[in-house]
Order: sequence, then structure tokens, then C-alpha cells
Amino acid sequence: MPQKISLRIDGELIHTAAGQSILDAAKAHNKFIPALCHMKGLSSVGACRLCIVEVAGVGRLLPACTTPVQDGMSVTTQSDKLRRYRRIALELLFAERNHVCAVCVSNGFCELQGLAKRLGVTNVRYPYTYPKVPIDLTHPRYTADQNRCILCSRCVRVCAEVEGAHVWEISGRGVGSRLVCELNRSWGESTNCTSCGKCVQSCPTGAIAEKGFAVEEMSKRTDPISRLATLRAAGSDNKPGVIL
Amino acid sequence: MPPTITINHVTRIEGHARIDIHLNDLGKVASTQFHVTQFRGFEKFTEGRPYYEMPAITARICGICPVSHLLASVKACDAIMAVQIPEPAALLRELLHCAQFVQSHALSFFHLSAPDLLLGFDSDPALRNIVGLIEKHPEAARDGIALRKFGQQAIERMAGERIHPSWTVPGGVNKPLSADARDHILTGLPIAKSIIRRTLKNFKAMLDDFPAESAAFGNMPTAYAGLSGLDGEFKIYDGALRFIDNTAKPLATVARPLDYSKYIGEATMPDSYLKAPYFKPLGYPEGIYRVGPLGRLNVAARMGTPEADGELEEYRQRLGRIVQSSFFYHYARLIEALYGVERMEELLSEPLITDTHIRADAGVNANQGVGIIEAPRGVLIHHYKVDDNGSITWANLIVATGHNNLALNHSIRQVAEQFVDGAQLKEGAVNRVSAVVRAYDPCLSCSTHAYGGPAVNLRLWSPQGELVDSWPRPE
Repeated sequence: MPQKISLRIDGELIHTAAGQSILDAAKAHNKFIPALCHMKGLSSVGACRLCIVEVAGVGRLLPACTTPVQDGMSVTTQSDKLRRYRRIALELLFAERNHVCAVCVSNGFCELQGLAKRLGVTNVRYPYTYPKVPIDLTHPRYTADQNRCILCSRCVRVCAEVEGAHVWEISGRGVGSRLVCELNRSWGESTNCTSCGKCVQSCPTGAIAEKGFAVEEMSKRTDPISRLATLRAAGSDNKPGVIL
Repeated sequence: MPPTITINHVTRIEGHARIDIHLNDLGKVASTQFHVTQFRGFEKFTEGRPYYEMPAITARICGICPVSHLLASVKACDAIMAVQIPEPAALLRELLHCAQFVQSHALSFFHLSAPDLLLGFDSDPALRNIVGLIEKHPEAARDGIALRKFGQQAIERMAGERIHPSWTVPGGVNKPLSADARDHILTGLPIAKSIIRRTLKNFKAMLDDFPAESAAFGNMPTAYAGLSGLDGEFKIYDGALRFIDNTAKPLATVARPLDYSKYIGEATMPDSYLKAPYFKPLGYPEGIYRVGPLGRLNVAARMGTPEADGELEEYRQRLGRIVQSSFFYHYARLIEALYGVERMEELLSEPLITDTHIRADAGVNANQGVGIIEAPRGVLIHHYKVDDNGSITWANLIVATGHNNLALNHSIRQVAEQFVDGAQLKEGAVNRVSAVVRAYDPCLSCSTHAYGGPAVNLRLWSPQGELVDSWPRPE
């Protein structure tokens, strides 16, 4: 039995199992913390910085997805300061690439767009950087458009941790970071890719999408992948009768 | 040094333009120039995008007739996929296009040009607009607003959105038409039809009130171009592109869309972002031709719907087999609007219109594709080249207003020669120069796929190059 601990989230006393993240504990108690790089069933990396929370006694903001709960912890998930910082993080994501919702395949289904709407991002206060980044159309079924990539690395993790193919990596540093396929070859030349489509379904924006989908057509489903990953983690993927 | 008049900017048009009128030493018009003053670069920045995103991207060229760009673009994409789209999809696309013709023609006639026609070219410019129209001719204004609303709402019923819908996709459309939506559109048709009938009647009654305008508003022999069917019937969604001369003699038929470049050359103008297409076999600038309502009606043998056919016959009885004056764009536009609602009725009565087989699926089967349709303003051509992965390597868009560029320039000169005199601009003269531009219902933002800047300006230059006067005058 995992050890039970007690903590307060937004003043509410919560008893939960040790070892889980603040994000998971908060979600389990119906508290909303925005997150883009987090996906249930995958490891957490704290890349998007949207899930930052205040922890009493800690002088800096901590990402809820990578900070484990501790006994006696007091966490604040909503405050003016957090809202301000989350907005900044979102605006910087928009400014860093070329996100044009109106002509995007994921318009209406995009997690980035959805969060921006929910968090009240009506404009971007930073100058857009308009980087010239590649679009990879070489895969027969899928496309990778770096204009819409937020470097959340969900595709990298789902490919490595669930599919086991290790097709995707992030190269470079900072704003120069780019999603690359197998040591920087084109996706069509990939020898590892199984064309399973997990990266497509995991991508929170229109960056990785199915070919031929026109604007506003690319809706995605992460639930089946999360279920599969969770069952695998519990060692049950080979059990007969388990419906994934 | 004789002066140049600048009309800066031309109002009640879509997009932005400036007109320069150069005078000679006697104060008479020496030359005129029509400048389209924006640059947008759609053909360049779409390079590298997947071809199937082109409909959504190029639709953003215009908010007035995005449906035209959507349809030309999806037709070009169909050609890249080398598919024949399912019959219901073709019917639905044509239906959407007809609805757009009705709304766009209503906007051009009622909102933009009716203030000139009903309030007078010399009336107070502060009131010479749709608001003034509501005051003086509330019925006409109401009709215009209702007709445009009908078209826009039909588009919304079909495609989900009035502006920039994502309904039309390469290979067809992405949602079938529900019986409810069909019935709803059908209920609006009788009122739309009666508005157009009434407007046509009123317009014909005042034809004689504008002798000077109909004589000098781009009244010149040119060639004409438009789409028409196998036996010459009027077409706006498909059909072959045909060129005729000023005597209705056929000049050429573009059998395959890809062959358009054999017949259409594009000259670059030094002082405008708008290129000047010309009919290649006749050369530049002799290959001047006109598109849009006037051109289409000159090309078509018949309309193909009963009431519009009757109107076409009367139009030709009044004005001749080939109608030469651009003033009659307005007349032709109303006949086309009538065709639009009649054709909508026919299409909505097709049993296949609510069929669910609406999309063909394919990858890249051809490395280039051309889509040609009739936008409300005239022939619209989208031409894309793609690599084997479907990435756009090159794009060329020839927009209706472009085809009319040479004719616009000629018309402006003709109007200026007739109405502009001396070094001082009179408001009525300026308005007539602007009004001839309006007759073509140009969409300048489309034509250059351009952005920014004011609408049309007018400047008056002396032969020595000094700016003598400009319009609007600096505050």
C-alpha cells in the first residue's frame, strides 16, 4: 500500500497517495491546472510551464507535473500571479512560431488554442518572431509542420515510451530547438517509424497531422493512448480480455 | 507645367487604389493611370505549404467573395489529386457559388453603386452612400440588405459560416446538405427573386437617365472572356473558358484549364501592383479583354434559366448582341443575380442535392493543377505546382479584376476625357471617374492579393511633374 499523505490544495485538505505529482493529485480532486506538455500515461518533463503552482514556503513557482506531493504541503493553483505567468507562457508560445489558427487543420480542436481561450489570451503582447521553419510532407500518411510546434515533446515521449520506436527527438537549444526525426532525416526516410499515428494523436496542436485533412478537420484522441500506457505501466497489456 | 489630378482614394470599392490624371498645357486630359497600391504576396508565402491547405489560405485573400477563391482553389486541388468529384459535391459547390453570386452582386449594386445611380453622380458626397440611400430610397436600401442577407444566410446554412467556411475541400465538400437546410433556403427564394425582378424593372426604367455615362463609361471595343457550357449556355462553376471579339466572333476556347497560359499573358505594370493580363494571340496591349457580368453575358449564347433568358433577350434588344459600355455592368449584374436565384432553385430541387456521397479521396496524382471558375467579378484562375509530397512549389493566381485592368485603365481615361476639365477637380467629375471603377466591381485586395493602404486616390499632375491637386484634399 502506498503511503498516504495530507496536503492542502487551494485551502482544501486532501488525503492522497505519496509519489504522485501535484498535477495528478489536483486533477483527482477536480482542480483545474492548465498543461500542454503533460499527457496521462507519459512521463512528465515540465516543458510548457503552464502548470506552475505556488507552494507555501518555496520562493519560486514550481511545475505541478514534475513536483511530487509532500506531507503538509500547501499548494495554490489559482492566483493573479499564476494567471499572469501562465498568460505570459502562452503568449510566448504563440510568438515563437507561426500559429495561424484560421488556416490550421486543428482549428477548433487545438489544445493550445483552447487553453488560450480559457485563460483569456485575446492578444499577444510580444513581437512575433516569424521563424522560417521546415514542413515535412515526406511521410506517406502524416505531416510535421514546425510552424505549429510548441516543443511539448509529447510526440517524442509517446514514440519512445509507448510505441518504442524512438523516431522523434528535439535538437538544438532554446528558441533554436527543433523537432527532428531520427538524427535529422526526413520523416519519409525514417526506418523506425511504424506509421502507428500515436504522435499524430498526441500532438496538442496541428503540428503533426494526417495528410489530406483540410482546415478544421483534424480532431485528435489521446484517451486510447493514455489507457494503453496506463495498462502497460500496470503490467496488464498482455492480459487476455483487457479491452484497450 | 500642366497638372496631374490624383483621386486618392477611390471610395465604395473593395480594396485600395489611386488614380492619376495627367493634363496637357490646355488643361485637357493627356493620360490617366490606375494604380493598385498594395502588395500581399500570397503566391510567394504559400510555397512549401501542403496543397490541401490552399483553399483555406487563399480564401483569406478576400472577405467579400472568399467562396470564389475556395472554389477555384479546390478545383485546382481536385486536378492535383486527378479526381472527378462525386456529382452531389459538384451540385453543392455550384449551389454555394450561386448564393455567393447573389450576395456579392447585391453588395456591388445596392451598397456600392446604387448611391450614384439613385441619388445622382453630382449629389452631396456626404450622403452619397448606403446611409443616404436608406434615407432617400428606403425600399431600395431594404431590398439590397435583404438580398445580400439571403445569399449570406444560404452560404451559412450550407457551409456553416458566411465568411471563410471550411466546407469546400479538395475532392468535394465535407458535410452533406440536410433536408432542413435545403427547405430553409428554398423558403427564402421567392422573396429574393421578387427583389431582383423589382430592381431590374426600376433599373431599366432609369436607363435613359444616364446618356452621358452610358456613352463614356468604358464604351470601347474589346474582346470578352467568360465560362460557358457545351452549347454556349452561361456557366459560373464549370464550363470552358471562351474568348470572343467585339463582333461576337469566337477567338478561342480553352479546352483544358492547364492551357490557359497559351491564351493569357500577364504584363507587369511599372506603377501598379496589379498585373495586366491580355489575350496572347492578339499581343499586348491589343489583347485587351473584359470579364465579369458584361463579358460573361457577351460570351454566353443563353442563360439557361427561364426568367434570366427573358431578361437577356431584352438586354440584347435594348443594347445589341455585344454590349460595349461598361456602364451596363450594372444591368448585366442584375440579370446574373436573377440567374443565381433561379439556378439555386433548380439545384435545390435535384434529388441528389442531399446525397451523402460528397467527397473523393486521393493523394498527389498530378504535379500541377488549375482551377478556373467565374467569380462574381469575372474569371478566376488558381494554378498550383506541387512536388510528389504535395508541397506547393509555385502558385499563380489570376483574379477577375486583373483581367479587367487594361479595360479599367481605358475606361478611366475615357471618363476623365469626358468629364474632367481644367486644373481644378470638380466633385462630380471625381465621382464619375470613381464610379466607372465601381462599375467593374473590382476587388483590388483580391487582384493583387494585397494589403493595407487607403482606397482609391486621385492626383492631378502638370506636364512638368508638379502635383497640382489631389483628391481627397489634404485636411
